[in-house]
Amino acid sequence: MAITAHNPTPPTPAKPAGAGVTRPGDKIFSGLSRGSGILLLVIMASIAVFLTIRAINAISKDQGNFLTTFEWNANANPPVFGIAVLAYGTIVSSIIAMAIAVPIAVGIALFISHYAPRRVAAPLSYLVDLLAAVPSIIYGLWGALFLVPHLTGLNMWLDDYLGWTVVFEKEDPQGAARSIFTVGILLAIMILPIISNVSREVFRQVPRMHEEAALALGATRWETIRMSVLPFARSGIISASMLGLGRALGETMAVATVLSAAPVLSVHVLDPVGGTFSQNIVAKFGEANEFGRDALIASGLVLFVITLLVNGAARAIIAKRKEYSGASA
Amino acid sequence: MSHAVTDKRSTPVVPQRALAQRRLPNWAPLGIAAGAIVLAVAIGLGAGLDSKLQWGLIAVLLFVLGTYAIATVVEGRRQAKDRVATSVIWASFVLAALPLYSLIQTTVSKGVKILDGAFLSHSMNGVLTIGEGGGVYHAIIGTLEQVGIATAIAAPIGMLTAVYLVEYGKGRLAQAVTFFVDVMTGIPSIVAGLFILSTWNLLLGFGPSGFAGSMALAILMMPVVVRSTEEMLKLVPNELREASLALGVPKWRTIVKVVIPTAIGGITTGVMLAVARIAGESAPIALLVFGNNLINNDPFNGPQASLPFYIYQQYQNGNEPSYDRAWAAALVLIAFVMILNLLARGIARWKAPKTGR
Repeated sequence: MAITAHNPTPPTPAKPAGAGVTRPGDKIFSGLSRGSGILLLVIMASIAVFLTIRAINAISKDQGNFLTTFEWNANANPPVFGIAVLAYGTIVSSIIAMAIAVPIAVGIALFISHYAPRRVAAPLSYLVDLLAAVPSIIYGLWGALFLVPHLTGLNMWLDDYLGWTVVFEKEDPQGAARSIFTVGILLAIMILPIISNVSREVFRQVPRMHEEAALALGATRWETIRMSVLPFARSGIISASMLGLGRALGETMAVATVLSAAPVLSVHVLDPVGGTFSQNIVAKFGEANEFGRDALIASGLVLFVITLLVNGAARAIIAKRKEYSGASA
Repeated sequence: MSHAVTDKRSTPVVPQRALAQRRLPNWAPLGIAAGAIVLAVAIGLGAGLDSKLQWGLIAVLLFVLGTYAIATVVEGRRQAKDRVATSVIWASFVLAALPLYSLIQTTVSKGVKILDGAFLSHSMNGVLTIGEGGGVYHAIIGTLEQVGIATAIAAPIGMLTAVYLVEYGKGRLAQAVTFFVDVMTGIPSIVAGLFILSTWNLLLGFGPSGFAGSMALAILMMPVVVRSTEEMLKLVPNELREASLALGVPKWRTIVKVVIPTAIGGITTGVMLAVARIAGESAPIALLVFGNNLINNDPFNGPQASLPFYIYQQYQNGNEPSYDRAWAAALVLIAFVMILNLLARGIARWKAPKTGR
């Protein structure tokens, strides 16, 4: 002891060889991995920058008002285009989708986590996982060729009995159901698996003690869910819904196949008019000249910003409740 | 004691009521369901409703109301609510399962109609859009090449980023990367397409090619790979790292030889799921690759076909032979994605990281 106190710095040869020396391999590897991280940031930044540059170029030459003009004549001279109809259609279809999908998705998640017999639950959750992987173009094909003809009856019924609400009024009750409403239903079906997957993960993390305490107090199964499961999972459900909303807002092909677009802003959700950001981009891209492409990029930028806000909000809610590690899927 | 004597008649009843509430027999839901169906059919026939769907809806409604009413009378309000909640949750599951079942069923039944060897081995060269025949060979080639290149770009970058976040990342930069990976997950595919369009095509002046599409797909794929790899690396027990470092192994060799091999099953699964996801993307393809009726084996030159975009084009043609082709291609695409998914999950189960001791 006295010796070590006397000699606090041991002689360097006693050190294991290589300690304290930064090896080139280490440097290269950490540099590479840090570089990829930085590359990701650069990509995100350049997406914002390049879209903005193109968008400014387009908007500055727009003869209409970019925010309030209905039609999209970016190829014309002078160009007149605006996002009013697109923003309206995107938001309304997403709201319809959320209104249908969230309760049902929570129902599915509860079914799998609390109601289904244990032997069925595992394969079921597996099946829902698989359905989340079905490509959107296939939903689009099914929506256009199967769902649209099968919704004519529902449309007529809604027009007959709920037409007085104005919202469900339809000009041509017999017409094909290629409307914002149908798009909303299709989007709801598409985002169901995502929302229910994330919610299910959250329900699984409810402390068993909470549930058992409720059951021990004589609560029925529903009361247990209402008192211990749902309050615990509320923020998880909200963020799951926001993730679904992000999907619905940006969905392209399923909307492009189903909707018969027209630059009309209508509160009648059953009329085959309207449009969404991404649908408009795909539909107008083929005929667009160089300036027309810039204009489409401008509308894409708006979509980008909207989805960023929605996803950012969802992530913020998740981050607040860090214990939902499984909810970041 | 005297109470017991005087209440001789009611004593057997009171404890029974207090301990066990009156319950509906086990067959009650079945019985109510049968009653509801019979009533619904009667109403449907009586009112002349022709849609079987309406009959079903009426039956469900009658079932829920009937359950509530009967359960309230026999078991009390709370039990009645519980039973209604149960049936609503079952109903929501059935309601969701119906369209999803219909989607798969329609795709399979319509897809097998013209799906055969010739369909898989021929392109659309010389096939009239309104005529029969043709195939998806060129589209399969295109999709495989585009997805392959996208994976070659995105998988290394994504995995290295995840390694950075888990093994090296501290401080501001790591926080920023984590946040923007989250944000990037939510980028709509069309926006990724527009970004490549504005840089690669409009700024640098390249024409449409499979490679342009691959870059957009890579952007969509990266955050998914980062997320799943990150989760897997976090599962690797710290003891393994410490043991390796204690033996004097450099950090990078520890990561390459110990950490990544331990998590390789999960990482592979994540990459395969990401591949399955981008294989079905058609929006960026529409902007950047354009589609092609001919076989183009070179992803760096000229428009290429792609399976999802092929489906869209055939749908746009708007006639029966084209719809048949679209369904058959949809079946091929679904099969491809599902097989990837199943393989990925199989690997995940087979090579699950051994966290227990």
